[in-house]
Amino acid sequence: MSAVVAEHDDHHDHGPAKGLLRWVITTNHKDIGTLYLLFALAMFFVGGAMAMVIRAELFEPGMQFVNPQFFNSMTTMHALVMVFGAVMPAFVGLANWMIPMMIGAPDMALPRMNNMSFWLLVAGVLLLASTLFMEGGAPASGWTLYPPLVLQTGKALPFAIFSVHLLGISSIMGAINIIATIFNMRAPGMTLMKMPMFVWTWLITAFLLIAIMPVFAGAVTMLLTDKFFATSFFDAAGGGDPVLYQHIFWFFGHPEVYVMILPTFGVASTIIPVFARKPLFGYSSMVHATAAIAFLSFIVWAHHMFTVGMPIAGELYFMYATMLIAIPTGVKVFNWTATMWKGSMTFETPMLFSIAFVVLFTMGGFTGLMMSVAPADFQYHDTYFIVAHFHYTLVPASIFILMAAGYFWLPKWTGHMYDERIGKLHFWLSVISVNVLFFPQHFLGLAGMPRRIPDYAVQFADWNMISSIGGFIFGASQLLFLYIVIHTIKGGTGEKVTSEVWEDAAKHSLEWTLPSPPPYHTFTTPPTVIPTEHI
Amino acid sequence: MSTNNDYYIPHKATWPVIGTGGLLMMLAGFANYLNGSSAGTAWMGLGLAVFIIMLAGWFTLQAGESESGMYSTQVGISYRMGMMWFIFSEIMFFAVFFGALWYTRNLSVPWLGGEGTKAATKELLWPAFEAVWPTNGPGKVGGNFESMGAWGLPFLNTLILLTSGVSCTWAHHGLLAKNRDQLIKGLAVTVGLGLLFVAFQASEYHEAYTEMGLTLGSGIYGSTFFMLTGFHGFHVCVGAIILSVVLFRSWKGHFQPENHFAFEAAAWYWHFVDVVWLGLFIFVYVI
Repeated sequence: MSAVVAEHDDHHDHGPAKGLLRWVITTNHKDIGTLYLLFALAMFFVGGAMAMVIRAELFEPGMQFVNPQFFNSMTTMHALVMVFGAVMPAFVGLANWMIPMMIGAPDMALPRMNNMSFWLLVAGVLLLASTLFMEGGAPASGWTLYPPLVLQTGKALPFAIFSVHLLGISSIMGAINIIATIFNMRAPGMTLMKMPMFVWTWLITAFLLIAIMPVFAGAVTMLLTDKFFATSFFDAAGGGDPVLYQHIFWFFGHPEVYVMILPTFGVASTIIPVFARKPLFGYSSMVHATAAIAFLSFIVWAHHMFTVGMPIAGELYFMYATMLIAIPTGVKVFNWTATMWKGSMTFETPMLFSIAFVVLFTMGGFTGLMMSVAPADFQYHDTYFIVAHFHYTLVPASIFILMAAGYFWLPKWTGHMYDERIGKLHFWLSVISVNVLFFPQHFLGLAGMPRRIPDYAVQFADWNMISSIGGFIFGASQLLFLYIVIHTIKGGTGEKVTSEVWEDAAKHSLEWTLPSPPPYHTFTTPPTVIPTEHI
Repeated sequence: MSTNNDYYIPHKATWPVIGTGGLLMMLAGFANYLNGSSAGTAWMGLGLAVFIIMLAGWFTLQAGESESGMYSTQVGISYRMGMMWFIFSEIMFFAVFFGALWYTRNLSVPWLGGEGTKAATKELLWPAFEAVWPTNGPGKVGGNFESMGAWGLPFLNTLILLTSGVSCTWAHHGLLAKNRDQLIKGLAVTVGLGLLFVAFQASEYHEAYTEMGLTLGSGIYGSTFFMLTGFHGFHVCVGAIILSVVLFRSWKGHFQPENHFAFEAAAWYWHFVDVVWLGLFIFVYVI
């Protein structure tokens, strides 16, 4: 192992290692960011394939392709792979690439630990994926892993639990790294209230991660000891309570869904001003709204458990606390809209995805508000309504924004321009099919179709078939994105991209002051001018 | 904020991926062992060995870099932030088990006893169950047991850990005053007290299992008691190992008054373990 003091020993400051080993032992934030992003993209297709199995089985009533046990494994694994393998790692990848460049730092604060974060993620996902091939099948209890059902899992149980431990360690390391980087590595003049929104949202997300991942680790540890070491945490006969697991899980789980949405907000707040050619409306209110949402996320968890049999005071408290979240979220939606108001807008692919995000995420937010009403939730609970709700906040929100981020920064990362025509095609196919896929699920849920069941009454047949058709089109459309990513890496349209890529982008954020692609090491001397157009 | 431009950026790290491999082998082995596979323990042992080699190698590397003056003040701040937030994540891990204790004592056990709106639960399911703490539940899981008293060994252990916190700080003062003798003596006393704590804890466990009928399987009391004190005891062991390494480095002449991150991190960790014990003593033993 060698080491460098940047700037002082330039002849030692070599580039990456040769060959494949480069990617195994790298400490470079750009390399690790690339690894995270490619891994997340691969997992997006693995998780997506599982979703295709689910939609194929639900295409019509009756049992078609898979047995109920495998169907439930698919819903469980689809969720775990998408949450822990695709969406979270994709945002960590963006954080790795963008945060040092946005704050004018030479790299992440703890580069060796950064490498370990990534490889622990791979190890965790390997353990999780291995359960698919085990006696008794992969976990089939839903991603929440509720006892006592999850304790009936076969050989897969300890593997799934240890996978959660590894993924947790990986996330905590990543989060600690991001906090240390943002607090300790900013260029002179880059005060906290000048940071790009993406950096702000990740700072707050990192605190969420450090607070919640140990909680999930503790919860699954109790599952492990209940199963193998005779403890009674979730067993009423011994004085425990299965509902205790639900409380602990959702104390983790609610902030966890914000881990996936806060960086989404950050990217949207970064892209929209560039294409509206205006500063972000209400920068400081955006910062405060993000912090408020993060705080509220810790005190609303039991709205996932309205039907479990809580005392009425608990139902009321969690109902009103949940409704409060609509206020800072509303501030954000208002600010994005106001940013676009009277802007000189153009509609390149990243902007199209971002606008679709604002509209469709708002819809997901509204259905969330509906379900915060405890008595109404008794009807919606465990139906396709909740499935429609959270998919609206994850697919046309987090996933769309990840796509937008890909289109927005691919030219910066690769130095090549993507094919705008295919990008637009990808957008329009995605935005139409995603609504065909998920909108009918609202109707199914309101009519009473339960989730996580492979068969259903014939009255649900029509909307399920429409939903499945939407799902197949959406799934196939994503192959276009894969094509665009490969095509762009290999040279794209051949057009030479400038360091700015998008008009006046350098006024918004530091990464656009660097060449495209940026050299292996950037900001070994801190930048002197701090862009402020985004504020 | 960054003020200088000689930030230290390490290249080509091999230990992280080795450590990951070790962890993966250890956990996959453990999972196989739990599933009754005979190869499990061998993989666990191999993984643990790789993991320990990784820790030794990585920390040796870091200590060497630190002693050769490669770290600026800014790097030191990054390390301190890293340690601080790592300890915060540990606090959250313990909070889960404290939370479980609180929930069962104040909510689920009283509900099983018919409190509040749960009268029917008690009458229909377990009419004979009285909600008192300690309990192993209406099913008397694990059979009869005695609960652990507070004022014998546990109280002694409290005094031991508090004293070790003082000796650790005394050693720190020695380091700052360049009093090598005080530094080494203070650390040695701290490590010794830590080991004494673990020994007493082990004898307490032995008594629980052999004479009191109290095991990990003694319903919710046994579960919370052993998981909380067990994870704490594990952290005391880890803390004692960290302090031993710091002691060894002090003996080798490492650390200066202005550059001793490893000592600080070890001391923070030790105080964290200390504070967790105070919580345990109050909520598990006394109340």
